Amino acid sequence: MPTRTFIEAIRATLADEMRRDESIIVLGEDVGKKGGVFLATDGLWAEFGDDRVIDTPLTESMIVGASIGAAVNGLRPVAEIQFADFIHPAFNQIVSEAARMRYRSNNAVGLPMTIRAPYGGGVHGALYHSQSVEAFFCHVPGLKIVIPSTPYDARGLLRSSIRDDDPVLFFEHKKMYRSVRGEVPDTDYVVPLGRAAITRPGSQVTAIAYGLMAHYALEAADRVAEEGISVEVVDLRTLRPLDKETVLGSVRKTGKCLVVYEDNRFGGYGAEVAATVAEEAFDYLDGPVTRIAGPDIPGVPYNHVLEDWFMVDPAKIAAAIRKLAAY
Amino acid sequence: MTATGHRAKTSSQLGADVGLDDDQLRAMYRMVALARAIDERMWVLNRAGRIPFVISGQGHEGAQVGVTWALRKGHDWIAPYYRSIAMCMTFGMNARDIMLAQYARASDPSSGGRQMPGHYGDRRHNLLSVSSPVATQILHAVGIALAAKIRHTDQVALAAMGEGSSNQGDVHEALNFAAIHRLPFVFLVENNGYAISVPAAMEISVPDVAQRAAGYGIPGVVVDGSDVLACYRAALTAVERARAGEGPTLIEAKVTRLTGHSSDDQQTKYRTEEDLAAGKRSDALPHFRDQLRAAGVLTAEVEAALTDEISALVTDATDFAEAEPDPLPSSAMRWVYAEDWPSETPPPWGFGEPGHDAGPGGT
Ligand SMILES: Cc1ncc(C[n+]2csc(CCOP(=O)(O)OP(=O)(O)O)c2C)c(N)n1
Ligand SMILES: [Mg+2]
Repeated sequence: MPTRTFIEAIRATLADEMRRDESIIVLGEDVGKKGGVFLATDGLWAEFGDDRVIDTPLTESMIVGASIGAAVNGLRPVAEIQFADFIHPAFNQIVSEAARMRYRSNNAVGLPMTIRAPYGGGVHGALYHSQSVEAFFCHVPGLKIVIPSTPYDARGLLRSSIRDDDPVLFFEHKKMYRSVRGEVPDTDYVVPLGRAAITRPGSQVTAIAYGLMAHYALEAADRVAEEGISVEVVDLRTLRPLDKETVLGSVRKTGKCLVVYEDNRFGGYGAEVAATVAEEAFDYLDGPVTRIAGPDIPGVPYNHVLEDWFMVDPAKIAAAIRKLAAY
Repeated sequence: MTATGHRAKTSSQLGADVGLDDDQLRAMYRMVALARAIDERMWVLNRAGRIPFVISGQGHEGAQVGVTWALRKGHDWIAPYYRSIAMCMTFGMNARDIMLAQYARASDPSSGGRQMPGHYGDRRHNLLSVSSPVATQILHAVGIALAAKIRHTDQVALAAMGEGSSNQGDVHEALNFAAIHRLPFVFLVENNGYAISVPAAMEISVPDVAQRAAGYGIPGVVVDGSDVLACYRAALTAVERARAGEGPTLIEAKVTRLTGHSSDDQQTKYRTEEDLAAGKRSDALPHFRDQLRAAGVLTAEVEAALTDEISALVTDATDFAEAEPDPLPSSAMRWVYAEDWPSETPPPWGFGEPGHDAGPGGT
């Protein structure tokens, strides 16, 4: 089986899907000749031309708003927001429009569209090139939020997202683009939306994570395994709709739950997971539902000492696991 | 909806330069008058406590009918706004459809009773669902136009909004993109001089919104919204240009707002008597009527028949909507997504309907 980097999986999948379905267009800033600032769309413009790979002006609301209209009129747009940090000018179009169109039209109009955006820290990106923005959007019914952690899942989930008939936000951790490599079959497989994966079975503590943190949780699980602590790692993959069944099933088995997320802790997505576990697995819990998440400051600082301090990493996760396991 | 034939024997020359025969002129007038009559009924129902909210198109109908008449029904697309009753009706919605929205009934084609009145939309007629945040729809129409261009469908997309809304950033982003790609797009600004209570001079730095078109290198046209045929002419040019691949046009119709902003507004608080009287004088309905009378297109006989027909339609629509059922609570969780998700759980109080269990923890 061929191995690919995370970004190669994204790029190949975009190309494959565009070959398969003529109604798919790609639009965003610098996605054409340049192939995107991270090269996620490299080669698409040469193969599919001006009509299907569109370099837009530097106007995020337009990128999303026009994608909505294009989806209404027979296309399946895949929009790229250059950095998740710059999705906020499109917030109104995503939250007030894309998310609500099906509901407010009583199912007359659905929006088959995908918005891709690189997110996340640990790349010397500072306050405005490091953000995790998933919490803002996971709050909104009508949006599906996907954050893959492996090239295999990236390919299978991007396919599902593009083929889905509702708006999907597809966040890609930029630190993983070239550092994560994995086996990716060339077949037409899909990974369904709304399904988490147990990426490591264990019996004493459940660690729930997504994106880069899904890797760090696995590393942390390795470390504490040497100390005799058995950790089950759940990679959520789709944040909304949340796969409660897998989450609750794991916590009911281990009795302990650690939720890991890179974003600021307060009001972060992991808080919703923690609340769900506290409410629906209460009888099984042998310790406090615990969060390990980024500090509550307005962004990831640039200086490497400060950035390292900010980022949740395997050591910090392992420390949290040890504390929880001791209950 | 452009002219398909003439009845040369009986036709006046009133619409001849734009290919409208007298039947079509009468049909246009009928639409203006019908939209007005429904609108007036809405206020009566509101004052009688039958419907909680009204937002009106009164004073805008002439511009809406004139402009919409230039589009191809069932083929082109419109992203309307909350005053677009006449526009939506010209494009295919009927009196019952409009009245069902006022009552928010289950069978309301705009939203099944989910949205406030005024938020029209009808997929069957290529009318995109209206939302409340103003100006967002311009980007949707531009996206529709983009798809039309890529798919070679020969469609034109139009977006409508008020002059106050035209100050939003989405308008700039949309016009810039539409102009760059010469998209088949028409932007209609219905300038009634007010954004709720704020007069145009406090909202816009130039006398006409249309002047801004120059910044995008597209035509910007000012048209008298009380002159239905002038609106039609302006739209015809814009639509032909759009279909020919020559790009977007901004049409600014100077209209008047005959009512308060909505049923929750008292406009005498911020408008003078003279201002209100001037507004009445620029109402398209009597202007168009006089014009058609003078040309012999409207006879006393025709007018009487029209009045009867319209009053019957309004009464029928009201009675019909009044009698239709409300949506059931159990329908409220449907269509968040195309499919239902088990994780998107109903509230613990359930739906309070026979045949529907309470949700988890429900009573
Ligand atoms: C983004 C946003 N801000 C504020 C409002 C509240 N609001 C609704 S209509 C309106 C005035 C709009 O004026 P204009 O665009 O001139 O349209 P008109 O009502 O005069 O036809 C305002 C402020 C809104 N709906 N959306
Ligand atoms: Mg106004």
